[in-house]
Amino acid sequence: MSSIDLLLPLLIAVPIITATLPIALGLRYDRTGWSVAALTTTGLLAGALALASVVYTDGPVSHTLGGYPIEYGIQLVADEFSTLITLLVTTVATGVLAYTRRGGPRGNTFYTAYLLLVAGLLGISLTGDVFNLFVFLEITSIATYALVASGDGPEAAVASLQYLILGTVAASMYLIGVAFVFMATGTLNMIELADAIPAAERPVLIRAGFAFIVVGFAVKVAQWPLHTWQPSAYQRAPDGVTPLIAALVSTASAYAFGRVIVTVFGVDYLAAMPNAASIVVTVGCVSVLAGTILAVIQTEVKRMLAYSSVSQFGLVIAAYGVVIAGSSETALIGAIVHLVGHGLLKAGLFLAAAVVATSYGARTVDEYAGLARERPFVAGSMAVLLLVLVGVPPGVGFVGKWYIALGAVQSELWPVAAVIFLSTMLTLAYAARLLEKMYFTPPLSVGSADAPGSIATDGGTADADDGFAGTSTHGNATPDAVSIGMIAIVVGFALAAVALGFAGGTFADLLEPFITEVFN
Amino acid sequence: MIDLLTSHYTYVLLFVLLGLGIYMVIASENLVKKLIGVNLFQTAIFLFFISMAYIEGGSAPIVPHEGVPGEVMVASPLPQVIVLTAIVVGIALTAVGLALIIRIYAEYGTLREDTLREVRADE
Repeated sequence: MSSIDLLLPLLIAVPIITATLPIALGLRYDRTGWSVAALTTTGLLAGALALASVVYTDGPVSHTLGGYPIEYGIQLVADEFSTLITLLVTTVATGVLAYTRRGGPRGNTFYTAYLLLVAGLLGISLTGDVFNLFVFLEITSIATYALVASGDGPEAAVASLQYLILGTVAASMYLIGVAFVFMATGTLNMIELADAIPAAERPVLIRAGFAFIVVGFAVKVAQWPLHTWQPSAYQRAPDGVTPLIAALVSTASAYAFGRVIVTVFGVDYLAAMPNAASIVVTVGCVSVLAGTILAVIQTEVKRMLAYSSVSQFGLVIAAYGVVIAGSSETALIGAIVHLVGHGLLKAGLFLAAAVVATSYGARTVDEYAGLARERPFVAGSMAVLLLVLVGVPPGVGFVGKWYIALGAVQSELWPVAAVIFLSTMLTLAYAARLLEKMYFTPPLSVGSADAPGSIATDGGTADADDGFAGTSTHGNATPDAVSIGMIAIVVGFALAAVALGFAGGTFADLLEPFITEVFN
Repeated sequence: MIDLLTSHYTYVLLFVLLGLGIYMVIASENLVKKLIGVNLFQTAIFLFFISMAYIEGGSAPIVPHEGVPGEVMVASPLPQVIVLTAIVVGIALTAVGLALIIRIYAEYGTLREDTLREVRADE
């Protein structure tokens, strides 16, 4: 075992420290940011892989910061669940960083915010303390606000401020929940809480705490009707940033929510709590339906994919509800697989959208017409990713949905099973729209593609920013801006999404020790 | 009821402040006031933690020069540490929020949300 546990604090501290370097070195040298970020991210990926090799062979690793006892100290824990999220974060971060070398955004401030974001996400994955979780949630959020606001045009600032206000209130809600739970139990450590919560003298405090925590995470994970910050934030963020945010930020929050449900409160305790399961299931199912319906009516591709995230996270939350209601191991595996799978899919899809916007100048569904002929590799990857998102076997999207639906059926929660089936049909509706445009519609003429300022269906104006007005005609698009490497990254994500579909059983095997611990 | 109010008035105050804060976020059209509302909301939570840790007759949780540890009755230090951390987080958020508001004001020339909506719809 030696000193492998030192990796945990290093995984969080190193990116925070190196985040200062791009700005500090930038005072003297111009182009150091990318090298610093690339070195750090590669190191983090290597660290995460080393950690995973230990966790999946020898079991969970934990580290107590500063040697303080866990009653009031902070503990970092890497178990089977959190290691999987750590791997996802480092992998996607590496892929997106490689993309930004050519695709942008560049600039030292971007790399600083990027490293802070990665640090926050790794912190969320690895912390074993509910208050520490709040701090990392906020570090992640602040870095995200800054990254969203760095988009072109003033609309990005408006989207970012909207996100900031909602996100801060949500995090505060979570903090109130933590305060209630702390009041009832007197501890903040997750493992200690797991024992202290069932023994608490005043369960009403725990119940109030859980209610606040659910509301807080419903905003952070972007569940209907608290999702309003998310589409604008995804749409207005710079093209190279959206994949990072879409794939990781809400995923980390959803992971944290799952962690709070299964480890802190415990499945049995929540099953006995009145209405807890039905509320979580309802929030999830309603988001699945509302998200897909809103996605179908969007005209902007990035906005459509953002609403698709609302519905996909709805599936994960609904799966958590099934876990509580039916004590379903299968649904928990499904939730975890779908969390990871969706992260990879959205990273790939938004990267593909970024490549298309850079090289082809297309941002709306109509402008994607004829893409397959002009950009066969990007269109092909996008088609594969969309089909995997729908849940066509053998993709990773199918595995996640299959486990969740199986869990719902085993627990005899027929409405959830019905919602999953229906959502697959609706996902096909918006995926097929894009596929039809790419493969079966001839390209638009140059003149008609230039129609900026079309109104988005949910009230915001689509594509009104000046920064890309120049590239919104196919004639002015710059195919040379896209390197083979950028396309290779997109293709890589598509292949990974399919390959992981064959690894469904491996997921279940890797997670087995964690699952047995939750349900014993 | 009266007894509860006299002994637990900080908790009542907490929820009044929470309500005021969230009302400002929702109802005020001014972006700066919205941010003040968020701050008020957070401050209420700090108050919650502090009043939770308070012990009647307890002193500040500082290790005394003389005397045996455990003899002195002190307020619980853990919530106070939490509040210190949360204040720092709050300041960072306020700074980012104000920076964004400055950018919005520079671009659109307004701090009011309703005007902002009109200006954006016109563009």
